[in-house]
Amino acid sequence: PPAGSPPHSTTASLPQHGDRGFPLAAAAAAGRAPPRPRPAAAMQFMLLFSRQGKLRLQKWYVPLSDKEKKKITRELVQTVLARKPKMCSFLEWRDLKIVYKRYASLYFCCAIEDQDNELITLEIIHRYVELLDKYFGSVCELDIIFNFEKAYFILDEFLLGGEVQETSKKNVLKAIEQADLLQEKTETMYHSKSFIGFKKAY
Amino acid sequence: MGTQCTGTGSWPNCSTSTCWATPPTLDSDLSQGIQPVQGLALCTLSTMGSAEMCRDLAPEVEKLLLQPSPYVRKKAILTAVHMIRKVPELSSVFLPPCVHLLHERHHGILLGTITLITELCERSPAALRHFRKVVPQLVQILRTLVTTGYSTEHSISGVSDPFLQVQILRLLRILGRNHEESSETMNDLLAQVATNTDTSRNAGNAVLFETVLTIMDIRSAAGLRVLAVNILGRFLLNSDRNIRYVALTSLLRLVQSDHSAVQRHRPTVVDCLQETDASLSRRALELSLALVNSSNVRAMMQELQAFLESCPPDLRADCASGILLAAERFAPTKRWHIDTILHVLTTAGTHVRDDAVANLTQLIGGAQELHAYSVRRLYNALAEDISQQPLVQVAAWCIGEYGDLLLEGNCEEIEPLQVDKEEVLALLEKVLQSHMSLPATRGYALTALMKLSTRLQGDNNRIRQVVSIYRSCLDVELQQRAVEYDTLFRKYEHMRAAILEKMPLVERDGPQADEEAKESKAAAQLSEAAPAPTEPQASQLLDLLDLLDGASGDAQHPPPLHPSPGGALVYLLDLPCAPPPPAPIPDLKVFEREGVQLNLSFIRPPENPALLLITATATNSSEGDVTDFICQAAVPKSLQLQLQAPSGNTVPARGGLPITQLFRILNPNKAPLRLKLRLTYNHFHQSVQEIFEVNNLPVESWQ
Repeated sequence: PPAGSPPHSTTASLPQHGDRGFPLAAAAAAGRAPPRPRPAAAMQFMLLFSRQGKLRLQKWYVPLSDKEKKKITRELVQTVLARKPKMCSFLEWRDLKIVYKRYASLYFCCAIEDQDNELITLEIIHRYVELLDKYFGSVCELDIIFNFEKAYFILDEFLLGGEVQETSKKNVLKAIEQADLLQEKTETMYHSKSFIGFKKAY
Repeated sequence: MGTQCTGTGSWPNCSTSTCWATPPTLDSDLSQGIQPVQGLALCTLSTMGSAEMCRDLAPEVEKLLLQPSPYVRKKAILTAVHMIRKVPELSSVFLPPCVHLLHERHHGILLGTITLITELCERSPAALRHFRKVVPQLVQILRTLVTTGYSTEHSISGVSDPFLQVQILRLLRILGRNHEESSETMNDLLAQVATNTDTSRNAGNAVLFETVLTIMDIRSAAGLRVLAVNILGRFLLNSDRNIRYVALTSLLRLVQSDHSAVQRHRPTVVDCLQETDASLSRRALELSLALVNSSNVRAMMQELQAFLESCPPDLRADCASGILLAAERFAPTKRWHIDTILHVLTTAGTHVRDDAVANLTQLIGGAQELHAYSVRRLYNALAEDISQQPLVQVAAWCIGEYGDLLLEGNCEEIEPLQVDKEEVLALLEKVLQSHMSLPATRGYALTALMKLSTRLQGDNNRIRQVVSIYRSCLDVELQQRAVEYDTLFRKYEHMRAAILEKMPLVERDGPQADEEAKESKAAAQLSEAAPAPTEPQASQLLDLLDLLDGASGDAQHPPPLHPSPGGALVYLLDLPCAPPPPAPIPDLKVFEREGVQLNLSFIRPPENPALLLITATATNSSEGDVTDFICQAAVPKSLQLQLQAPSGNTVPARGGLPITQLFRILNPNKAPLRLKLRLTYNHFHQSVQEIFEVNNLPVESWQ
């Protein structure tokens, strides 16, 4: 096994006991009146979906079960797609603020906390689109469909834990470039050796 | 690098088959010193780290905070933010490096540090106090950023690093809240940012918005607050709908605390009512309603009424109730108030709240000079349209009460209208028969018709006909009424005038009392019965008081009126009778003759010190029944007495069910109580009449 195996943890993908994504939902499930807790994350999740409602990308910054994620996705996609073109980019949904913007055939949808600044979230979305555009060169929905892992990489270099980590476009793209180089190097390494019976799971 | 397992948080199903053979641990990844690996480990940890993982790996992350490479450091800082969210105790681990990290020049590290400090301050007041000392440093950083920190790679449309600016402003907001000193330190800077930021693009507006939020939240100078409100006012004029949205939302939050400053932007807010986007027009409506005050009420009401006519249906109810509330609070004249309510009822009648009818009847009832005016306007409105139920109910009530004024034909405020008696009756009949009328509305109409029988001249054949038709109506409530009214025509013709007299004004505490509203509605519906028992009793009282001693001649008393349906006599035109609390006043036996006894029990409700409730109980322990039992009472002129209907007029022999009767005595001047009672009944086939004054009344009953 090569040095530097990718980090992986199977246990952490499930929400742990006692930590739930939407604090109010958790407290309601426990039957208590929900106390207003500290924010779970500035941005709770980001969804990308097409005009037909097909989900292209989903990044969750709060732990939720799969069932909850599906439910939220379904409801939110319906709500956003029902908005008319002349309406404003913000809407209130459950106890969150939703900021969405349509770029060509894709809707970029973020959920932020009550006290967050909606206008700067629009800038976050725009910055992400610019990064994708720079990387893919005139990005379109197909690029994201066929190279979704790259889209996630770029997002992970721009946002971390729901917060902005790097405000310089240059630095983000540089980091992605270096990651790409490293990946190619590793792959050429594997191709050169003879790993019998080992499949590349692309 | 692993396409397999990075982005584990994002992949819908991450199956183990795509993983490498040896399960790696985050711990080793973090400490191995290979940057990309560390980066990925931190990414995973910050997205999905559970509480246990955070506790275990906190020391590793702490070490990474001090690494030279900015790439790993910025990720480590944000991972620390996540860890603190999951495990608040780790704050103590990550607090010390913060101050040192603030000196960094790298924007990513600075941004992460500020986020970390924000998180620490929000969770612990001790941390908040600790970090107040970095306010000057933060101010310096922001100032440098705004004035000289222009670097193309970090800027968006001429604004240097708006993300960092917004984050610093947020932290300043938290540090300056409720703290004079820190707020003062920031004042100049905030003014500078507010005036110098380029607002042509969204990035600048985002920074400006955050500045406004910060100004409003800290202890800023008055001039700065006005500047902030003006910025929001400018936002309202922006062509970008999103900016208008945030402006309206923020102004709504500010309207209570900075009312006069927001008032200046009232015209712009009212213009926003015309927005096509429903969420904007809803906010504009809320804000407009909050801005109504006594000086601008007329102008605002005009605008709001115009809006009511054209607004989308889901906003109608809110708009209508908002207008009514504002009218109630700020109405300059009663006539204006009546006009406004009338207009709302005609435009959006189906969307008003239930107590609007009661409020309006109360209002009209109280404005005696406007009776003629109101009844005419309502008649005209009703003649045009009988579908809006609240309007029909009020109109029916008014026509019933003031029908005579309607027919008189002279009212200075409206063009003279010749209304024919037959037209009025025809209109009420139309309401009664219409399928659009609710049962309550038909009740109003029937009662109004009945009242008109005394108000209008001429014979009442038409009314009698209608009433007798409804005696067989399927609706039980209407049928009951019709039967009673018919009986009034036939058997109690002599009392009809007294029963259908003009209603005295219902007393109300204010719009909040729905008890009262329910009562006045009940009173409006069942008012005919209420004056009845007091009428005949009142005339007897005077007789009693004039008696020197002994009985006088008039043996002819009309029998007490049978109690009206539903215990309506309880809803007298006075305060509701509170359930009597335990009474310390002892009972008093006042009369005994041949086994027939009368006892009085006294109750002084604590919430109304002037009120005394006496329950007279007549019992019979003799061998013969007592029938046609009537008890009457008299009190000195300075007190007020009300008798409620007795529970019956027969006491069966040998301890049969006693008769109880409630007397209500109002004694506001605490005058000494004197009570004279007159009893008449049949016992052992003899007619008995007794008049006596009650002695030994306990002092507590009137003091």
